[in-house]
Amino acid sequence: MNTIQIQNITKSYGKVEALRNISFDVTQGEIFGLIGPDGAGKTTLFRILATLLLPDGGSASVSGLDCVQDYKKIRRVIGYMPGRFSLYQDLTVEENLEFFAAVFGTSIQENYELVAPIYTQIEPFKNRRAGALSGGMKQKLALCCALIHKPEVLFLDEPGTGVDPVSRQEFWEMLASLRKHGITMLVSTPNMDEAELCDRVALLQKGEIMAIDTPKGITAGFKSPLYAVRSDDMYQLIKDLRGMEGVPDCYAFGEYAHLKQAQLSDNLKLSESSIKQFLHAKNHQNIEIKPAQATIEDCFIELMKD
Amino acid sequence: MNNIISTDKLTRTFGAFTAVNAISFEVHEGEIFGFLGANGAGKTTALKMLTGLLTPTSGKAMVAGYDVWREPEQVKRRIGYMSQKFSLYEDLTVRENIRLFGGIYGLKMSEIKAKTTQLLEKLQLEAEADKLVGSLPLGWKQKLAFSVALLHDPKIVFLDEPTSGVDPLTRRQFWELIYEAAHTGVTLMVTTHYMEEAEYCGRVSMMVDGSIEALDTPRNLKDKFGAKNMDEVFRKLARG
Repeated sequence: MNTIQIQNITKSYGKVEALRNISFDVTQGEIFGLIGPDGAGKTTLFRILATLLLPDGGSASVSGLDCVQDYKKIRRVIGYMPGRFSLYQDLTVEENLEFFAAVFGTSIQENYELVAPIYTQIEPFKNRRAGALSGGMKQKLALCCALIHKPEVLFLDEPGTGVDPVSRQEFWEMLASLRKHGITMLVSTPNMDEAELCDRVALLQKGEIMAIDTPKGITAGFKSPLYAVRSDDMYQLIKDLRGMEGVPDCYAFGEYAHLKQAQLSDNLKLSESSIKQFLHAKNHQNIEIKPAQATIEDCFIELMKD
Repeated sequence: MNNIISTDKLTRTFGAFTAVNAISFEVHEGEIFGFLGANGAGKTTALKMLTGLLTPTSGKAMVAGYDVWREPEQVKRRIGYMSQKFSLYEDLTVRENIRLFGGIYGLKMSEIKAKTTQLLEKLQLEAEADKLVGSLPLGWKQKLAFSVALLHDPKIVFLDEPTSGVDPLTRRQFWELIYEAAHTGVTLMVTTHYMEEAEYCGRVSMMVDGSIEALDTPRNLKDKFGAKNMDEVFRKLARG
């Protein structure tokens, strides 16, 4: 069953086309990732689905409810965690949660079971003002507040921004644990490495979807042979490799450079030894070359260049 | 190897709380150094001391040849700063931004003029000189912001999450600019919560509860902790 259905959605702000003909579905209970940089259109799409913004064209539905016609009903079945921390900084942890429960006509007690695994982590600080919490704790409180009315769908706009890797991982573990309640989750992030934590992802760039698939399906679509190469002088290494015959692309990738071979049909075929020979001739020291597995980021780069 | 930063038991307390607890470490000239730590580990306090914005409670730090406690103004003249989230004024033109930051860094009007010409030519932005920065594509903005941070020929540039939120192509262009600057002898201090960025650094330090718990190349740290990436190293260290 498709909990979220998006058909040909477009939205412009003046001359800027924020979303260009976006269509995709999200299945019930799925963690679906919207992966793309700032300005890709992620927040605009969330606002349309959360009934806070009208699309210029196309249609969208959440839990069978139309995002324009049924906006009042939709608001009762969704939980929305915006990118910017949007709780009341001068209310305490407990007051914030009570407030959001009351707005939705429920109480903390009624849905405690759902939020308990998360709330118990911040309960020792329940009398602290939300504004005085650390980034990781703010994020947990925001998730509790978005969940307190037992929504069918959760919209999470860049929940990992501004928090350290420990809190980020804990957050993803919490999302995974919400699966058993059948909650459908749409999560956005500019960080390609978070894509792997989703069931399916859409790669978004300048208001357009470049690919939709499982993370494995996306990386399986990368056909060119890829090598990870390093030497003592990475700056010179990248410059040199770009001049090598049969190399259509070379870019920094962490402590390595990723080198993409031109299509296999070409006469030239790169190999570890041919790359090594080339770099030796350029006087590189401590050369290391190995075949590399394409990541989501490699795929994103390739799709951007198409 | 010359040390551009060296600290000796650098400490800062706030009341009974020790934010930075006797950290001693060195950063070499021309190095890309990642300064990492969890929220609340003491990174910001340490950086404020290294940039002359906060006096240490005890210990010592030399930055670009000056003592941060005795000569913080000399330190400030020799450092630059850039973050992805804020660096330039979007509602000023390219030329106006250069003039503003040149003025703030204390360059003479004649120097600013010369630098402006030089910089516009190097970035091939002559045609855009009088356009608002807000109207430029992200990749250009980033190059300009980095060049502006280098305007007063600083010895060290502090980069705060330099590539967060940008697309993978723009991110790579930016790392190449950083590599290039390091090549010319500028030292880059990178602070970030994104461990993909840490992977690009020559060496990284990791702060936990006010102390530096690890300092090495990303490669050695990954070996030592049996981790597949820096994210895993970070989590293992921070969780203790």
